[in-house]
Parts: sequence; C-alpha cells; structure tokens
Amino acid sequence: MSSDSDEEPIETTTEENPKSTKVSTVEKEPELPKFEKGIADKIVEKFGTRIKVAFVKPDRVRINVSRDDVKEVASFLRDVLNFDHAESVSGVDYPQDKEIEVVYHLGSYTDSSLSRQILVLATRAQREENPIPGNDATKLPSLREIFYSVEFHEREIFEMFGVFFQGHPDNRRLLLPEDWADLPPLRKDFAIKGR
Amino acid sequence: MNTELPPGLALQKVDERIMTLNVGPQHPGSGHMRIIVQIDGDFIVACDPDPGYVHRGEEKMAEYRNYITNIPHLERPVIHDSCNILYPYVLGVEELLGIEVPERAKYIRVIAAELNRCVYTMYWLAIYGIFLGHSTMFMWPAGDRELLIDLLEKMTGARVTHAHFVPGGVRNDLPPNFEDVCLRQVNYFEKRIKEYAAIFYDNPILIARTANTGVLSREDAIRLGTTGSVLRASGVDYDIRKKEPYDVYEELDFQTNVLKEGDSYARSKIPWLDMLESCRIIRHALQKMPKSGSVRVKLKPNPKGGDASVYKRVESGRGSLGCYIVSDKKPEPYRVKLSVPSFRNLIALPYLLKGEKLGNMPSVYWSLNYWPVEADR
Amino acid sequence: MLKELITPQNANVFIGKLGDILEKAIDKPLGYAINWGRIWSLWPVHIETACCSVEFGAASSPRYDVERFGIIEAFGSLRQCDLIVVQGTITRKMAPRLRLVYDQMPEPKYVIAMGACAITGGLYFDSYNVLPGIDGILPVDVYVPGCPPRPETLIQGCMLLQEKIKRMKARKFV
Repeated sequence: MSSDSDEEPIETTTEENPKSTKVSTVEKEPELPKFEKGIADKIVEKFGTRIKVAFVKPDRVRINVSRDDVKEVASFLRDVLNFDHAESVSGVDYPQDKEIEVVYHLGSYTDSSLSRQILVLATRAQREENPIPGNDATKLPSLREIFYSVEFHEREIFEMFGVFFQGHPDNRRLLLPEDWADLPPLRKDFAIKGR
Repeated sequence: MNTELPPGLALQKVDERIMTLNVGPQHPGSGHMRIIVQIDGDFIVACDPDPGYVHRGEEKMAEYRNYITNIPHLERPVIHDSCNILYPYVLGVEELLGIEVPERAKYIRVIAAELNRCVYTMYWLAIYGIFLGHSTMFMWPAGDRELLIDLLEKMTGARVTHAHFVPGGVRNDLPPNFEDVCLRQVNYFEKRIKEYAAIFYDNPILIARTANTGVLSREDAIRLGTTGSVLRASGVDYDIRKKEPYDVYEELDFQTNVLKEGDSYARSKIPWLDMLESCRIIRHALQKMPKSGSVRVKLKPNPKGGDASVYKRVESGRGSLGCYIVSDKKPEPYRVKLSVPSFRNLIALPYLLKGEKLGNMPSVYWSLNYWPVEADR
Repeated sequence: MLKELITPQNANVFIGKLGDILEKAIDKPLGYAINWGRIWSLWPVHIETACCSVEFGAASSPRYDVERFGIIEAFGSLRQCDLIVVQGTITRKMAPRLRLVYDQMPEPKYVIAMGACAITGGLYFDSYNVLPGIDGILPVDVYVPGCPPRPETLIQGCMLLQEKIKRMKARKFV
C-alpha cells in the first residue's frame, strides 16, 4: 500500500472531477440546487455571519458553526427546519489547525420533503497537544438535549478523540477497553504499530 | 417511554432488592457484547449495554490504506452482508474520484446487494429462532441461506467475504448462464420462505412471546434516531432505497413494508417481508439488466481524491448505513467514518428493556436487528 | 510358594507392584476407551469473539452439520464444555474474558484457533486494539486458517483435533 504510493508518479482523476465537489463560497452561483439553497438561505437569514455555509450540493448542505453557537443553531434546525435526528457524529482531527472537528449529519423522518436531505453541521473544538480527556480545553457543548440520538455517538467521540461534551450526562467509555491509558486512538498523533 | 430515565443507566442507585446481572459476553443470549441488567425479581429495572468487544479500529486502519486496499477490511464488520457495507464507501469514493459507473455494473450491484440482504436476514432469523428456543427456525433458514450463498459464490468467488464492489463497478462480470440459475434459485427461495409464516410467524407461541414486548412508539423511534426494520416496525415509512435511491433502485419496482405495532413481533416480521420484496427486486433487475457491456471502469493506479468530503448512505439489511469520507488530495483517505445501523439502534435497548421480564431480554435484544461486530467496527 | 513370597513386611510392596502391572495391562485399552469417549462428544463453549462465528453457525446448519462428527452445537454451560473454538479476532477487551472462560472449563480441554485473526492477527495485524494471535493467551491444539474458514475447513480442523486426542495419553499421571 504505502510502497505503491511512494513509487507511483500518479496522475489523479481529479481533473475530470466536477467542480461541484470543491465549491466553498457558493452563495450566489446560479447552478446551485434550488431546494438546498432555500435551506441554506433560511439559516443564513437567521444567523447571518455567525455561521458559514461551506457547500451546497444536491441533497447535502454543510454549515460551519463556532462552538458557542452550535446549540442555538441545532435547536433552530430542529424546531424550525424539522431535522429531527442525527444520523452520525464523526470527529476529524486537524493537528495543523490545532482543532478537532465534530461533524453532525442530521436527517429528518417526519418531514417528507427533507427525506433526501442530510444537513451537515460542523463545529470545532480546541485541540491539546497532551490531552487529558475530560480535564483539558477540548470541550464542546453536548447536543443530546436537542437530538437524543447523539448519545452513544458523543460517547464514542469522547473516547476516540478526547472531546469532552459539556452537558452530556454520561461521558463514559464505550468501545475501548477499560484499561486504555494511551492517547485517544483516532487522533492523528496516535500512530499504529509498524506504520 | 420514561423521559426522566437518565441515559445509560441509573446503575448508581442500588438498593438491596435490586440484583445486577452481567449477560455476556459468554452467554447464549448475548452475542459479542455484554448487557448489564438490574433486576427486581423478574423485571428489568435498568439496563446498560456494553459493546466494544470486537472493536478493531477499522476507521484508524482506513487512514493507512489507499482507496482500493481499504475494501477487504471494511467489509469485515458484517461479513454476511458484505456487499451492503461496502456500498456506501464505494459510492462515496466514486463521487470523490468522479467516476461514472457502467449501467450493467449498477444492476449487478443491486442484485448482489439484494441477495446479500437475504443472506444476512436468514442468518439473523436463524439466530432469532434459536434465541426463542425454536430449533426448527434455526435449521430452516440456516439451510436455505446456503442456496443464495451458492449464487453469490458463483458470482464473486467467495462464500461470505465477497469484496465484489470496487470503485468503478464490480470486480467480475456475471458467470455464463447465471441469470437462469439465479431466477430458479430465487423463485424456489421465495416459495420456501413463504412457508416460514406457518411455522414461525403465525405460531401462537411465538406471538405470545413477542407481541407487546419491547414496544417502541413512533415518536420515540424518531427521537432516538433508530433506523431500518426497527424504525419501519414503529410505523415510519423510511427506506433509503425509496427516499434517496442510489444506482438503479429508482427504476425497479418494489414497495417498503411498514407495520404500526412497534413491538418485537413487528420488528421480527419486517426483515422477513423485506426478503420477499428483495426477491421481487432481483427478478425485476434480472429482467431489466443490459445483457452485455462493461462492468468496470478502469481506474488509474493509486487514485487520489480531491479536497472534499462526502457522505453517502444505503439501505443495508439492518437499516441506513452511512459512510463519511474526508479526503485531502492523498491516495489514502484522511478520515473514514462508518455510521452503522447497529450502533444507531443500540441506543433504543435500555428504553425497550425497562420494565420487561428478564426472559424477554433475548427476544427484544435480537429483534433490534443488531450485529455486535458491526456496531463495534 | 506365593505365601512365602508375601510376608507382612513386603505385602505393601507386592500389592503396589501388582497394581503397577495391572495398570500397565489395562492402561492401553482403558485409555483407548476414555479417548474414544472424548472424541465423539466434543462440546464447544458458546463464546463468539468476532465475525468467524457466522461460519461457525453455518457449520452446524443442515448442509454441513458438524454434529455427525460428534461435535455438538454450542448451547451449553461452559462448566460442561471441553472445547473452545476461538472464532476470530481477539481484541484487548475480549482477551481477559476469553482467558476467564478457559480457566473455568474443566480438564481436559482443547483449543481450536479459527481464522487468520486468531492465528496471527490476520487482516488486523496493524490495528491498535487487536492481539496478534491467541498464542499468548491459550495453548492452541489446532489452527484452522482462512478468513473466514469455510465450514468444511472447520470440520476438518475438528477431525484433526479428534485424531490428536486419539494419540494423546488419556491419563496424565501414568
């Protein structure tokens, strides 16, 4: 695997890639899908510059929020836009930015017009070089009171990235062994053996 | 559902009437996980699932392998549903690399995915039968699923771990004369699973044991974010194949099954009804499939994704299965997250078991369509 | 003649010797009988550790049916079991539990390592939570390779174990 990647002078296929995957500032381009644009506009209308719409693609809208606003935005999404559950919560570690991103993928069962849509709500927590899970600055407000379904997902993020969720009533270990004393394993500075 | 119930558990509050039991990991009614239950007499007061016994770090390993070599290990969480668990990953990689899949490959994928859904569900049904002490219901599905495994083996070359879906299509074309054999086997299979109604689903003992146990109301099913058969048994019509069709599901003729009751019986019936629909899908797909053509786009070696992220989801044997891939212009993905239905349904277990009898625990637990290896990843 | 040989002083010695002779005389047939009994009633423990349990389940399905070789489906108490089939990957969380289960089984007990993960770690050789094989935890009798092994391979592994038991000493103190 790694030997392949070293020797190959690869030509990537990204040239043929439609540019839509790379859209970052998208507010006023004409070819954007209408319905998704409407969702993004509603959120922008409410929160203005406090949020940033990262992309609008068919069926997918992504918003970046700061950690102070995430609860407010989430309750707006639930109460006004009818997103009623979180499908997945993922953490992504960015050591260069000194931040850990937590991404909520929200969907809706009750609103049939939203059944194709996934709203991606991303927020970032401060990253510590020497993490002490639960006792350092890597903290985020928990969304469990807004979306019940994030309960186990947030527990998983806590043990895999060391992000402590304030307000989560049950920040215990879920998947890792009880005696795990190493770094949280999905952080980029945790190297697996032999690699 | 009692909303005041603290999540996870009130394991702290223990008085002397309450007894704490560890069910699993060595227990015929638990599988690869531990369920800590507190019982008062015969009734479960609180329950705390403890997964993680098969946590193998798939997501970390995926960051060290390139997009193609990730395929074999990403299907291991559910080896008997391996086509479906690879599906969202493959769709995601195709979107990242900008690949258009040939028409015939799309049909082959749908056929393989539906066959695999049946294989998974039959195994699940066999274990559900033995959990309820119904030995015939272990033997029948375990024997009948071998028919479909034979088909998949002809198609892909492996018994359970197929690794058949690759970005750009499928690995191999169908073997000669496959369509006829497939049609014959699927017709026989459909006839055979209809017989299960008489011995299992209409069985008064089964109904007495599973009806009205572990009831999940529609509101709770939505609020807890459950998926797949659990959600549809609670009366929410949500199937990714209908709602967000991928590949050629839009052109195929099938319906989704919804039951209103939300109890263990309804949850155990939905997968069986889904299998009957799968047979319809397979027959229709075999009819509509282009008779020849390429099945795979040649990729450049070691493909690289752009600077993008993608979230794709499919309907697997257990429910909506999502894959979130972040790429950073390297041959290896920056992050792969599998959002697996078993993990999403597990959250309902403490709520369902509260107030149930201990004897109902295996039937409620397994009716969640739960596969522990997948939940742990 | 015999009376002269056996005196009160050496009676114990003589009986001891007689016992040895008797034991040697019946040891072989007795051992054979004991081993014969063990071979045809191997009871596996019901502990699944990973995905190989799917194929373990398939092995007791009607098509493969391990029961005809004297290996009974795994649905009993572990205090009555004498075989542990380690079905795949052993994670760091499962390893202490596996050893605990093994320690609770009565002697004699046999171990089959099923699948590449149980032998060397297999596909998960570089995972942070997976042990590189179970050799560090349990003494393995038979290795069954494959990822996952087909049910036929598992059955062959069980028959190899039976072959091995047949050649083992039935009683260790002889």
